[in-house]
Amino acid sequence: MIYLDYNATTPIDKLVLEKMTPYLKDFYSNPSSVYRFAQESKRAIENARSYVADLISADPEEVIFTSGGTEADNFAIKGRAFFYQDKGNHIITSKIEHHAVLKSCEFLKKIGFEITYLDVDKYGIIDLNQLEESIRNDTVLVSIMYANNEVGSIQPIKNISKICNKNGIIFHTDAVQALGKIDISVKDLNVDLLSISSHKIYGPKGVGALYVKKGVKLIPLHHGGGQERNMRAGTENVPGIVGFGEACRISKEELKEQEKKIRLLRDKLEEGIKQKIPDIKVNGHHDKRLYNTLNICFKYIEGESILINLDFEGICTSSGSACTSGSLEPSHVLLSMGIPHELSHGSLRFSLGKFNTMRDIDRVLEVLPLIIEKLRKISPFWQKKYG
Amino acid sequence: MLWKEWLVMSSVYTDKVLDYFRNPRNMGKMENPNGVGKVGNAVCGDVMFIYVKIEGNVITDCTFETFGCVAAIATSSALTEMAKGRTLDDALTISNKDVADKLDGLPPLKMHCSLLAEEGLKSAVEDYHKNNSQTK
Ligand SMILES: Cc1ncc(COP(=O)(O)O)c(C=O)c1O
Repeated sequence: MIYLDYNATTPIDKLVLEKMTPYLKDFYSNPSSVYRFAQESKRAIENARSYVADLISADPEEVIFTSGGTEADNFAIKGRAFFYQDKGNHIITSKIEHHAVLKSCEFLKKIGFEITYLDVDKYGIIDLNQLEESIRNDTVLVSIMYANNEVGSIQPIKNISKICNKNGIIFHTDAVQALGKIDISVKDLNVDLLSISSHKIYGPKGVGALYVKKGVKLIPLHHGGGQERNMRAGTENVPGIVGFGEACRISKEELKEQEKKIRLLRDKLEEGIKQKIPDIKVNGHHDKRLYNTLNICFKYIEGESILINLDFEGICTSSGSACTSGSLEPSHVLLSMGIPHELSHGSLRFSLGKFNTMRDIDRVLEVLPLIIEKLRKISPFWQKKYG
Repeated sequence: MLWKEWLVMSSVYTDKVLDYFRNPRNMGKMENPNGVGKVGNAVCGDVMFIYVKIEGNVITDCTFETFGCVAAIATSSALTEMAKGRTLDDALTISNKDVADKLDGLPPLKMHCSLLAEEGLKSAVEDYHKNNSQTK
């Protein structure tokens, strides 16, 4: 099998698994218990917290563990909105956010908040002027993702945070796809809230964290025990947190080396496809894009049919379009970038990771042109053009 | 939403669907067809062209071209097989459910693809009648 869907999730690193195993088997104690046996679980959590904090240059006290990126996004947005309800009810976000952010905003809209969705340009990047113009007296939060999961576009986070700071507005960024790929420093970026997730960086699923800058206040979403300084009730996912910590430790070590290796493979794939297959469009900016992501529209055909054909060859990828009841629903990200419906139906995402090799890329470049040709032969649009 | 509905909604393709998708029967444009049905639109993501050759009152050949997902390609291919050899009246009785049944079923979200196939054939037969009345 050739796995090229690292933006969806990553395989677990062997070292991470090894580190987790004792906390699944032997150290099963509840970290909140008072006997000495429980101390090891508690220590392990704090140890992991310092690794997570270290990867993003935060203080450990600023890291709250969650059940993943989705919860971190929900926590940041709803937790902030509920805290500030009396002062204002306007939130600014973008049209290309992950559903964890978009649906949280939709929910808030239903209960009386106002949401502004910023446009993006053809590269999937927001306009800072539009952001400034959208800020109002009652704006309580700006939430803009660091890097997009579908096309990999990278936002000017530092400039966004400058604008938010100037206006005294809390800034949240969903950095789930940026973590482990971009060297993140919350101090340098000066963001207030930042969401991250373990399973995108070779850690286990179901664990993540929200960075909450010192002094920034939120209303907790989970009520119950006093875990995570009363900010997130529920017995801690000890093995998950330990795994996340280890994944962060390794990520920090491998950051530079991974980028070099994976960028080379991605560029080879991109160049190869451009050379071998006519009528395609690479989505996103050439530079302001995650080095592991390649999102391409293949004209005259549809993404799912390419994906399933690749699956027959043992190659795992992902397509933007999802078929809902009446019609194919193209990706909201591609549509926001101004890509026409017909074209966005034919999108396919390759996202690479540290276990890919040049042989994987060669294999894709061998089978993909045949698949595209076969599907185009079936397509009425292709025939019209060349038939 | 009921759990059962939710599970069905996220269901995958049957082996038959995948087989018709992988090895499409009767694919491609037809030379000198007696009727062509063009249904769907590219914005919604599914377009089918159904071509028929008609001798006497019988569909002797039927081919397709499709832009769309796995289900769209599989249903149009299955439909062409079902239409071949039938009289016109008989062919018009082919329902979308018949097409789905031939493929051992479709995920509920993809049933509209089979509907498009049914409409494609009906529209091809209509086109044949229209061509015929003009030449008379
Ligand atoms: C940008 C982005 N945000 C949030 C999430 C959700 O993270 P999780 O799967 O940990 O809930 C994902 C992953 O799917 C993502 O890509």
